[in-house]
Amino acid sequence: MRAQFVFGEVWVGLRRNLTMTVALIVVVAISLSLLGTGLLVVKQVNHTRALWQSKVELSIFLCDNNPLSVQCVKNGPATVAQTNQIRSTLSHLPQVVSVTYLTQAQNLAQFRKEFATQPVFINSVQPGDIPASFQVKLRNAQTDAGRVAAAVTGMPGVDSVGNDATILTNFYRLLDGARNAVIIVAVILIIAAILLVANTIRLSAFNRRRETAIMRLVGASNFYVQLPFLVEGMIAGLFGWLIAVGLLVGAKAGLDGFQNYFPFRAQLSVSDLVEVVLVTMIIGLLLCGMTSFLTLRRYLRV
Amino acid sequence: MLRFLDNIERSDGPVIHFENVTKTYQNQSRPALESVDLDVEKGEFVFLVGPSGSGKSTFLRLILREERPSEGRIYVAGRDLARLTTWKVPQLRRRIGCVFQDFRLLPGKSVYQNIAFALEVIGKPRRFIRKVVPEVIDLVGLEGKSERMPDELSGGEQQRVAMARAFVNRPMILLADEPTGNIDPATSIGIMKVLDRINRTGTTVVMATHDAAIVDSMRKRVIELEYGKVVRDQSRGVYGQAY
Repeated sequence: MRAQFVFGEVWVGLRRNLTMTVALIVVVAISLSLLGTGLLVVKQVNHTRALWQSKVELSIFLCDNNPLSVQCVKNGPATVAQTNQIRSTLSHLPQVVSVTYLTQAQNLAQFRKEFATQPVFINSVQPGDIPASFQVKLRNAQTDAGRVAAAVTGMPGVDSVGNDATILTNFYRLLDGARNAVIIVAVILIIAAILLVANTIRLSAFNRRRETAIMRLVGASNFYVQLPFLVEGMIAGLFGWLIAVGLLVGAKAGLDGFQNYFPFRAQLSVSDLVEVVLVTMIIGLLLCGMTSFLTLRRYLRV
Repeated sequence: MLRFLDNIERSDGPVIHFENVTKTYQNQSRPALESVDLDVEKGEFVFLVGPSGSGKSTFLRLILREERPSEGRIYVAGRDLARLTTWKVPQLRRRIGCVFQDFRLLPGKSVYQNIAFALEVIGKPRRFIRKVVPEVIDLVGLEGKSERMPDELSGGEQQRVAMARAFVNRPMILLADEPTGNIDPATSIGIMKVLDRINRTGTTVVMATHDAAIVDSMRKRVIELEYGKVVRDQSRGVYGQAY
């Protein structure tokens, strides 16, 4: 195998076919980075969901001096007996992991901490505005929140039940939607990339038909004839992948930055990014390699 | 036992052996070659003559294994072509040199590079190429022209380059498909001299041609084809029928 000769032929091929090669690199870059972003988003969604599941709690707000529900208005603030009854009911439910009682003062302090960056909110909330509550941790917030909430709603002393989970359900749906959209676009682009690789290799082979005809006549092996085109395809794929990696690093930074809008940060680790990068590399290799190989078999026979 | 012997190269036998070969192309009613039975011995010089469509090119393509016979068997250097696997075909072709009417040189490469290409492509080392290519350039009479590009050469010179390329790997057989077709009669003589020189080194030459003058002047074996059938096989023959 004369490596020098092969690379010489590859160089000639790349130069002659320059526009198409550039187009190929761009399409591979875009499709791989979209695919990678989709994978990152999938990972992110799972990671976020797992983290938030553990943090999401059911808040049972008890009647106080500023009640919301009709029942509290009628019966007044929750009594100690009612509070104990509620706690007992909650503790006996099988879906409940823990029950924590938070006083009005504690809730106020928590509120002030979470919205520390929003002075407007802080100034508008006075002591006594936020009621005492039971913070209930569930085994599976997603499925059980509704049932547990139903169990205590309407009990004397219960003002309202705040279910973070419902808010999150919609949010998860949004995330899933975004993820699905990205994956669909990525798949379409991968198909486009495959077609483009096939077409570029075909064009390259056509451009070099004189050389190829002579090579075959003179007794070059099939492999040797096809090798320069294969290498051409792989090089274009490699450059496309490198660009995609750059874009993916940017995507991850974007995802991380996006987290600042949420109370809980569920950022992906560097190893997650590396994993996605490796997966896109393998897919990129397969895409370029297999497509080149199959196209060549069809159009460049001994 | 006999089947095993089939595949062993018989170096003493004929270098080309056609056994009842018929070739019909797809969508054609008349066969391009019909029941061709002949032998070409090592070192022979054979002219293949006949009108267009008589099967001359098909004959050459069958030897190269570019086509497969519809019926019959072909042996080249004792090897049954039908038994050659696809990846053994290149090895066969390395032992056969080809020259065409349209020269088929690479326009972007010099004389030296065109000839070297044939060797590079089969993986010969640089050192070997540097030694062998100048020798063959001299053999075909193109001394001093190794750096010229094909468009700077006359038709005759281009054909010499093609012959150098065909011969550089010292093939067993040299096939020529109307090599003087695009060349004037005077220059053709020079081309034939080179072919003769090549033949004298022991290379078997099979040349398909329309050129009556050349065939008549060289008095080599003449095989005449008509509608795919061999109608004449004459050693020291002439182009037309000798009455």
